[in-house]
Amino acid sequence: MHMADALLSPAVGGAMWAGSLGTIIYCAKKLRDKMDEKMIPLMGVLGAFIFAGQMINFTIPGTGSSGHIGGGMLLAILLGPYAAFLVIASVLTVQAFFFADGGLLALGANIWNLGIYPCFIGYPLIYRAIVRKNNSPKLITFATVLSVAIGLQLGALSVVLETRMSGITELPLGTFLLLMQPIHLAVGLIEGFATAGIILYVRTLRPDIVDDIEGVKSVASGVSLKKVLITMGILALITGGAFSWFASNHPDGLEWSIEKIYGKPEIHRKLNPVSENLAKLQEKTAILPDYSLPSKDGGKAEETAPSWPAVEPGTSISGIIGGLMVLGLVIVFGFGIKAMRKMRDRA
Amino acid sequence: MSFDLEFFNIGYLDTLSYKDTFVHRIDPRIKIIVSFIFILFVVSFQKYEVSALMPFFLYPVFLLTAGNIPLKAIAKKIVFVSPFAVFIGIFNPLLDTGVILSPFGIPVSGGWLSFISIIMKFVLTVSTALLLIAVTSFPGICEALERLKLPKVFVIQLLFLYRYLFVLLEESLRMIRARDARSFGKRGKEMKTFIRLISVLLIRSVERAERIFCAMLSRGFRGEIKVLRRHTINAYDILFLIISVTMFYLFRSFHIVNIIGETVGRSFR
Amino acid sequence: MSHHIVELKDVRFRYPDGTEAIQGITFKILHGESVGIAGANGMGKTTLLLNLGAHLLPTSGEVSIGEVTLAKRTRQEIRRKVGFVFQRTDDQLFMPTVYEDVAFGPINLGLTEEKVAERVKSALEMVGCLHLSNRPPHRLSEGQKRAVAIATVMAMDPDILIMDEPASNLDPKSRRHLINLLKGFVHTKIIASHDLDLILDVCKRCIIIREGRVVADGPSEEILMDEKLLEENSLELPLSRQHNNKF
Repeated sequence: MHMADALLSPAVGGAMWAGSLGTIIYCAKKLRDKMDEKMIPLMGVLGAFIFAGQMINFTIPGTGSSGHIGGGMLLAILLGPYAAFLVIASVLTVQAFFFADGGLLALGANIWNLGIYPCFIGYPLIYRAIVRKNNSPKLITFATVLSVAIGLQLGALSVVLETRMSGITELPLGTFLLLMQPIHLAVGLIEGFATAGIILYVRTLRPDIVDDIEGVKSVASGVSLKKVLITMGILALITGGAFSWFASNHPDGLEWSIEKIYGKPEIHRKLNPVSENLAKLQEKTAILPDYSLPSKDGGKAEETAPSWPAVEPGTSISGIIGGLMVLGLVIVFGFGIKAMRKMRDRA
Repeated sequence: MSFDLEFFNIGYLDTLSYKDTFVHRIDPRIKIIVSFIFILFVVSFQKYEVSALMPFFLYPVFLLTAGNIPLKAIAKKIVFVSPFAVFIGIFNPLLDTGVILSPFGIPVSGGWLSFISIIMKFVLTVSTALLLIAVTSFPGICEALERLKLPKVFVIQLLFLYRYLFVLLEESLRMIRARDARSFGKRGKEMKTFIRLISVLLIRSVERAERIFCAMLSRGFRGEIKVLRRHTINAYDILFLIISVTMFYLFRSFHIVNIIGETVGRSFR
Repeated sequence: MSHHIVELKDVRFRYPDGTEAIQGITFKILHGESVGIAGANGMGKTTLLLNLGAHLLPTSGEVSIGEVTLAKRTRQEIRRKVGFVFQRTDDQLFMPTVYEDVAFGPINLGLTEEKVAERVKSALEMVGCLHLSNRPPHRLSEGQKRAVAIATVMAMDPDILIMDEPASNLDPKSRRHLINLLKGFVHTKIIASHDLDLILDVCKRCIIIREGRVVADGPSEEILMDEKLLEENSLELPLSRQHNNKF
């Protein structure tokens, strides 16, 4: 369920990073004020634990395939929302670097998708609301499964929205949702039960871990219900608006908007002053007249824009030749550096 | 990839990150900034762009060769993580079938172009992330993050995570091996066993954290940990920054590939 | 010099789950003495050490290091006098590099950057690990980790060195290196170990613990040669002293 850089646009990626960074700073501030010193090694070690735990597979009942836990909600229950968010962010950071899970731009989106919902919706609004002093196993299981499932649903929905708004994929919204949501519902239920099982079992051996890691949980009570509801309301409005926009039957709508953002015609204009001289020469020495580049004639680009607005002239034959040459140059460059290094090592 | 291989793999990248080459010595902040800008430029291309992406391969190739990183290791990893992008991207050729161009008479649909574009962007961005860690070392990245003003709490526990990552991976590896030695086929891998294993691992982790805290206290810990600053930005770093970003900008704004192609084509006449 | 005396007066310790780990221990250790603590597993060695290191507070009785009696508010003070080397090296080396781990203590003592660098250098030199300064701990061998762990403690210039199973998991060469290192330290040393040969080599005095009580306290040469005493306590003669005709 990790986003990949290649599916994101800079705008969406940047926005998600802004959100995640803001939340990281917010959580750090909250922790600094109220945190017990022994939280720091605990957070780090639990982060490593999540990593290690994800390596352990279990067979999913009913199917034959194996699965593993995500751990977001588990962390929220053990550490409270602020610490858990930071730990989730760290786990994803390590994954992004060492496992190339998604990429650096997508990291912001992934931190949001996998961290915000368990920590600031699942835990305070669902888990904590249900589980109070009354700690019966059935209740805990119910609360856990519900919060994990909802958290994952929201996360999956976010992935869909981010991908759509980036406009890189042709997948229609409906199909995308149909692919993502049910799968993640199943995953959510399974992980929910697994998490509940872990919480309950650990409670029998070391209740202090689950019930309250000294002074940490009190930090959780700082999340005000009102604030969260207001934020959710705003988010709902935004996503609702986005939904209706994409639901509109304007297949060109997306391309049109992308063009507006990245200015396809503008790039033509940038190209023209540079290639104008070359273009003049070209007119006299046309290579393959059938594949002449529209950029020779700025006006032609404008004409072709409406029918295939997103087409770059570069995808013509010149593009292919040029592409191969550049590739060759890059390879030569690489070997050149290797040779340079070998010479220097020998010296 | 089975757990064993993944485990050793992460260790491999980690080992590479402690080499000593020119690239390794560049200040981590610069490397992070340049890589991030690189990724932004790459993903800013519209969805049908293919050839203009080519020159961007210079950056990962540079990191790879100058940093003395074996190509095979990076390539294997990229292939391993590609399924999601491929899965989403493959819908493009299926849904977008309008033919955009026909080089040499072979029709190529927009969908295929955008798919190739996705794959190229994917390789560019993912390889950059991998190479960034391969030439920087994780503590280096953490130091850079702290100096880039990320909260200290976050950075410190990131460092702790990294420190104990291998320790805990080893512990869970031992548990998995122990379980596998006594389970046959599906039995032993059910949820119940899993919950037991994970819970034990969790408790052990918490106990470990408590012992670490004890050790910290015994050395006078009172709440503040200092992140060591081992890097300073020098002229070479700034040069690297300026050259890279300028090149990225040029590649993005001017269709180098086309210009070269035209020039070459022209020379045939 | 009385301010380095370690004294226990009828110390008892009970864990929260009810286990009576220490049931009345009394002894006195003078400045510069090196004492080995031996006994079967679960007999209270580690608990005793943790009390001495001010990580646990005795349920009753008195622990005093120098003139300071161990109590909740004097814990920090006592920890500053005591250099504690834990059983598991991974718990002790928690910073990104060796240098930072060794520097952790001196920095917390409030020393200046130059002084910290000085302490780190000399501590690492002392254990022969200066060349490992920039290594991350997870890239060290067990023997190297053990040496660095000792360095982290030595850098704080403690009066007393407490070590819990220092030679466990070490290959023979590292073990020998460790023993030579310890023999070179002039600090007061309290070492809990299963490695009776190590105790014989490093510690002049040996205390045997059973069921949370002291059952023997005297010169190592005597105690560790008393076969009957050792067998009563689930111990054996040190390997170096076992007669050849046993085999």
